[in-house]
Amino acid sequence: MKVQISNTVRLTGAAAVAAALAFSGQAAAADTITLGSAISITGKYSQEGKNASDGYNFGVKRINEMGGVKINGKTYKLAIKYYDDESTPARTAQLLERIINQDGIKYILGPYGSGPTKAAAPVTEKYKIPMVEAEGASRSLFTQGYRYMFAALSTSDQYLSPVIELAAELAKKSGKNPSDMKIGMAFENDPFSLDVRQGVVDEAKKYGMKIVVDDKMPRDLSDISATLTKIKALRPDILAFSGHTKGATTATRQMKELGVNASIVAMTHCESAKLTSQFSAASEGILCPTQWAETLKYKDGVFGTAMDYNKAFLAAHKEYKIVPYQVAQASAVIEIWADALRRAQSLDTEKLRDALAATDMDTFYGHIKFSAAGNNIAKPMVLRQIQDGKYVVVAPTKYASEPVVYPRKAPM
Amino acid sequence: MRVGAIASMWDNIQILVTAPVFNIQLWLNGLSIGAVFALAAYGLALVWGVTSVKNLAQGDFVMLGGYLGYELSRHGVHPIVAIVPVGALMFGYGWLIYKLIIRRVIQLDLFTSLLATFGLAITMQQVMNLVFGPDVRTLKSGFGRFDMFGGMVDITQIRVIAFGMCAVLAVAMVLFLRKSRMGQAIRATAQDPRAARVLGVNTDLVYALTFSINSAICGVAGVIIAMIWVIQPFYGIAYSVRAFVIVTAAGLGNFPAVIVTALGLGVIEQYAGFVLGAQFQQATVVSLLLIILIWRQLLLRRHRLALQ
Repeated sequence: MKVQISNTVRLTGAAAVAAALAFSGQAAAADTITLGSAISITGKYSQEGKNASDGYNFGVKRINEMGGVKINGKTYKLAIKYYDDESTPARTAQLLERIINQDGIKYILGPYGSGPTKAAAPVTEKYKIPMVEAEGASRSLFTQGYRYMFAALSTSDQYLSPVIELAAELAKKSGKNPSDMKIGMAFENDPFSLDVRQGVVDEAKKYGMKIVVDDKMPRDLSDISATLTKIKALRPDILAFSGHTKGATTATRQMKELGVNASIVAMTHCESAKLTSQFSAASEGILCPTQWAETLKYKDGVFGTAMDYNKAFLAAHKEYKIVPYQVAQASAVIEIWADALRRAQSLDTEKLRDALAATDMDTFYGHIKFSAAGNNIAKPMVLRQIQDGKYVVVAPTKYASEPVVYPRKAPM
Repeated sequence: MRVGAIASMWDNIQILVTAPVFNIQLWLNGLSIGAVFALAAYGLALVWGVTSVKNLAQGDFVMLGGYLGYELSRHGVHPIVAIVPVGALMFGYGWLIYKLIIRRVIQLDLFTSLLATFGLAITMQQVMNLVFGPDVRTLKSGFGRFDMFGGMVDITQIRVIAFGMCAVLAVAMVLFLRKSRMGQAIRATAQDPRAARVLGVNTDLVYALTFSINSAICGVAGVIIAMIWVIQPFYGIAYSVRAFVIVTAAGLGNFPAVIVTALGLGVIEQYAGFVLGAQFQQATVVSLLLIILIWRQLLLRRHRLALQ
């Protein structure tokens, strides 16, 4: 009898302790707002995924250091729960279901890349959970009528269209008619690069420029020598390439090998392809679009100027030599979330969505204002040119720190 | 749109007719890259013929060779020199993989060996991704280029060297298989492993050696590819596909045909890229394979009918 009683007492005690623990756990969790993300930690995009998550973490750390986010008089810290999507869109979608259903997370940070983002959006849309993404630029993401997705970056059709604009400007200056300019181009056959291509095609139409070579590179082909031979024969004034890191590497290397040049040469992914260190002289004069550059005169109250952000991030992350824009835009997303939480003064997802939609703020990454489709329409793409092994902003003229070198000199 | 495509196709053919010098450029590029395909395909044909294992990880062996070359060159070894130690290392790697995996599936059915090498391919890709990172890499050979016809035709010296090395390696392989005792044992095993065993050939050793030689050849091809193209942990599949196309088109056990087919494939790819656009480069090759297979099937049927 005695034993039984003591057992019951012990059990009750244990239950009480467990309840207390559970309660304290809940209390701690209540002071933290957890954002969720399925991001590429392994697989093809592991490097880019690391860039994005480093940017997210850096943003969260800074917001927390500055006292977190105050909602209705209560202070919250931010935290992020990550899952590895293995660089496969199907996995991204599965993991988001898990994040939303099992982990009960109601605030989503985007994955890396247009493919995974395309897979993520229908899931967040289904559960009416807001997602702010920084790494999916494909135009097609913003034609589906998604209500709960917002993007900090410029869309991919704007990547190389400023090149055509610049070319027209330069042609006029040197007494040529923009419609006399011929374009030779090669784009990889994937959604991102084809968006970039569409931007160029539309812009070229505007100026009446003729596209003389328009090839699409297969995904697993690292040879464009046939295309370049055609370019050599037809001598266009403008060359445009986009095919991720491989495309930039292949184009730069084979242009040099085959002695191909034009007045204007532009391509995406110059930095991730490490053109300046891999090819030095052969990369001179190439124009590279970027979402963000540390020399731009943007600033905010969290990170200070673009240059301040650059310095602070490099000091915290010794493994980086430069700050890729993928990092900067991820940090900007955290700022957007913090701003929306403050304005909404609520943790309700509907109220947060409306607050996000009304975002109109300056950040170190540029101005953020979303269109009805969710893309950021307030920040332009900037063009940089490789001059003496450095990336220098040359267009739009408003932000240029050096004049553009035109026509491009053939590398020796 | 379709009219436009045909018009631009016609324009491109016009260029080749009015400025024939560009044909030379296409041939040079095609032959130099065909030579590298020939190496990968030759190794595949060898393993396929002798052990009847179809190595789906062929392209990943090529990539691994490229990465070993990359690592050596980072430590100051010139890529051309690096070919020798990379070949040796890849030989050892091939031996290890044979002992660990291939030996266990060699006697089993086709499906098992396909699955095993497919699994090996995935594992190799992921391990390379973890060790070397997902960045696209190239090797700098430091050589210049030959300008011909007033700069209308250019070829890098490294492509010429690569072509020469592929030729030397191919000739060495043919001589080895024809003349040496081990080469004869390899050929005997390919013809009939049981008879070879009865006659005292150590077939297990022959299998191991064949697989290791293939691995070494792939390694050499990898270093060359890193010098003329790019390497990345997940780009191996392109070489696996090409090697399979070449071996299938050339017919098994016909080594000279493998080399001719590989060179032809390189040139055809260039012409397809020039006339139809880069997007049709590989599609053309695979369509050709289809035509060859259908044609061969028809020939066989006629043969069978004649026999009946």
